[in-house]
Amino acid sequence: MSSTTTDTSSNAMPDDGVVRAADGTPLKKRLARALRREKLRSLMLIAPLLIFIVLTFIAPIADMLFRSVENNIVEDTIPLTVEALADWDPASDELPGEPVFAALHADLLIAVEERIHTRLGSRLNYESSGMSGLFRKTGRRVKRMDEGDYTAQFIEADEDWGDLETWRVIKRFSPPYTPGYFLNAVDAEQTSEGLQLKPENERIYLTLFNRTIVMSLAITVSCLLLGFPIAYLLAHLPLRTSNMLMILVLLPFWTSLLVRTSAWKVLLQQQGVINDFLVWIGLIDDTNRLVMINNQTGTIIAMTHILLPFMILPLFSVMKTIAPYYVRAAKSLGANDWTAFWRVYFPQTIPGIGAGAILVFILSIGYYITPELVGGTSGIFISNRIAYHISSSLNWGLAAALGTILLGLVLLLFYVYDKIVGIDNVKLG
Amino acid sequence: MSENRGAAVRFESVQKSYDGETLVVKNLNLDIARGEFLTMLGPSGSGKTTCLMMLAGFEPATHGEIFLNDRPINNVPPHKRGIGMVFQNYALFPHMTVAENLAFPLQVRGMDKAEQEKKVKRALEMVELGSFGARRPAQLSGGQQQRVAVARALVFDPELVLMDEPLGALDKQLREQMQYEIKHIHENLGVTIVYVTHDQTEALTMSDRVAVFNDGVIQQLSAPDVLYEEPQNSFVAQFIGENNKLTGEVTEVNGKECRVRLPDGTELVADAVNISGVGGKTTISLRPERIEVIPTDQHQNQVEGLVEELIYLGDHIRVRMKVAGNDEFIVKVRNRGERWDLKKGQMHKIGWAAKDCKALDAVA
Repeated sequence: MSSTTTDTSSNAMPDDGVVRAADGTPLKKRLARALRREKLRSLMLIAPLLIFIVLTFIAPIADMLFRSVENNIVEDTIPLTVEALADWDPASDELPGEPVFAALHADLLIAVEERIHTRLGSRLNYESSGMSGLFRKTGRRVKRMDEGDYTAQFIEADEDWGDLETWRVIKRFSPPYTPGYFLNAVDAEQTSEGLQLKPENERIYLTLFNRTIVMSLAITVSCLLLGFPIAYLLAHLPLRTSNMLMILVLLPFWTSLLVRTSAWKVLLQQQGVINDFLVWIGLIDDTNRLVMINNQTGTIIAMTHILLPFMILPLFSVMKTIAPYYVRAAKSLGANDWTAFWRVYFPQTIPGIGAGAILVFILSIGYYITPELVGGTSGIFISNRIAYHISSSLNWGLAAALGTILLGLVLLLFYVYDKIVGIDNVKLG
Repeated sequence: MSENRGAAVRFESVQKSYDGETLVVKNLNLDIARGEFLTMLGPSGSGKTTCLMMLAGFEPATHGEIFLNDRPINNVPPHKRGIGMVFQNYALFPHMTVAENLAFPLQVRGMDKAEQEKKVKRALEMVELGSFGARRPAQLSGGQQQRVAVARALVFDPELVLMDEPLGALDKQLREQMQYEIKHIHENLGVTIVYVTHDQTEALTMSDRVAVFNDGVIQQLSAPDVLYEEPQNSFVAQFIGENNKLTGEVTEVNGKECRVRLPDGTELVADAVNISGVGGKTTISLRPERIEVIPTDQHQNQVEGLVEELIYLGDHIRVRMKVAGNDEFIVKVRNRGERWDLKKGQMHKIGWAAKDCKALDAVA
């Protein structure tokens, strides 16, 4: 009952469902080839920017991320000791044996010659204070040591060499990669009893992270509260007036950040303009002048001022696109002014609120200069701590770890935001 | 003004100025009867939309009073006027579904949920969009959005519905279809509709009465057929339908008729509708389809014209002629299956009855 059908198609192409071009190659392949030139050309056009970004942005960030775990210094400075320590069990109650001390002697002789032993001391000092001094002191004595019984000679040079804890630290930071910086960055440490949080009075970074987030939120909210009415005015006033207002909004952009921040110092300090005025009108007592600077209040006020345009501009551009007939329609349908605003106008501004809030929050979470100038001790951010470790304490590893956590935090918030609001709901204009 | 009792809407010497220098609406007096479909027709800038906005409450009247069911509403805010409105761009709330859009006017009136749902369902069925309640406006076609907008303006049972060029954004075919639908809805529900448009076909198709606006003044307020057949002035004659215009001077007035001499000496007999008297300038308005290419004795006016152009349009042939110095003179010749010896470049005699040409005010 089978019937033979002759292939009537003129070209003997395999009937596999793939659309083919006239010469038999799959159409997709053909299309890709045709577009390749276009793609190459556009790639060439963006190449300068791409190279610039890779060299000045991506590469340094990658390098900093790497620094947060990198720990070659111990192995590079005292290689023989690290090797000899491999057999030693840090949990035991015994000091490492004589071979380890001999290896340390040999290592230090070279290190002192090259003057790199102090650097190792500084590095280990991050993990356990006293290490820096230990290495410096021992470095001065190591040349005068005689051959044989290095254990006793080292302990004589500095009794810390007889302390188990010293050796445990060296052993723990021997590997080329370490989680130590990250643990430090979240106020935790790897002790002989395992992973645990630092004592209450030594914890600073968790507090700082927490404060950075809470204050950034406060700044974002106050920017929104202040910016929304201005953006509304800008979008609804006649063009001439709104252009004038827009210039006022943008004016701070054209003024130096330092100038503006210093202006706040003048205004907010205890002998400053605002306090003087309040005393003058008798609202506060001369002895009870308000403390508005060098604390969190100062930071929030100054940063809200500085970041306000970043909230206003996206809000404005979104409001500009909301046609006036929506509110009119709502009113004609019986909604009073408030209902028309809240149920019809406001929901349409949410993309702008989203964009402004993300912008302000991300900018403020990494802000440095303003908290540094007006924040005092209670108003500084995590970024100030990072700057401290980069430029003062030179603990770049810890700075890198803090920076990495900050970056991760922002990305995480971004992701959460995308899940809740949807990133395609964000409009900058 | 006892005769005006019971008017749904009454404008009483209403004036509107935006800048304090020019009047956009000049002394408007207008009565709209209950259940009437009234169209405000006019070119852009003629003040028609301003009138609608004053009625809706979005623009305050500079002078005069507007009455809704004999109640002055100048000081009533828009949301308390209870007027349904369909906007030019539909103004459907983009963040709400179709059903939420329809429920909005019911919610703000505090209607209970079950009642709301019933009404929304009925309104959606009225515009044949029963299954579209869960969609967002952006997911609908232009025509569907238009229907939702109409349904939303009607869902809370207003007595008066305003429509501001609601079909402007639709293509021609859909526009015609919607014209009929709106007309039917009006007939079924008996609501009063005030409709603003600049499209004369739309106005003629749908309205009970048309108010032709120009320059802030109602030029004529009549039923569509009267508007076409008996224009009161040159503007209306020009604006409604196609029209040939010839300017001349009145030489003699004889009751309802007058004689007009054209600049080239031709004398015409015309219906004296709006003239200033003997010696005055006048514009004669003449519909292209009333002109006969084989004139008989009934056609008092007979002139020779040069055939400039012939356009074959199937049901009729459009002939452009030069008559009395006017080379934009259009004659529509109905296609009756006969053949005429009309040829381009020939002189041809045409004629029309005196009652078909109206002597109107001279246009500047």
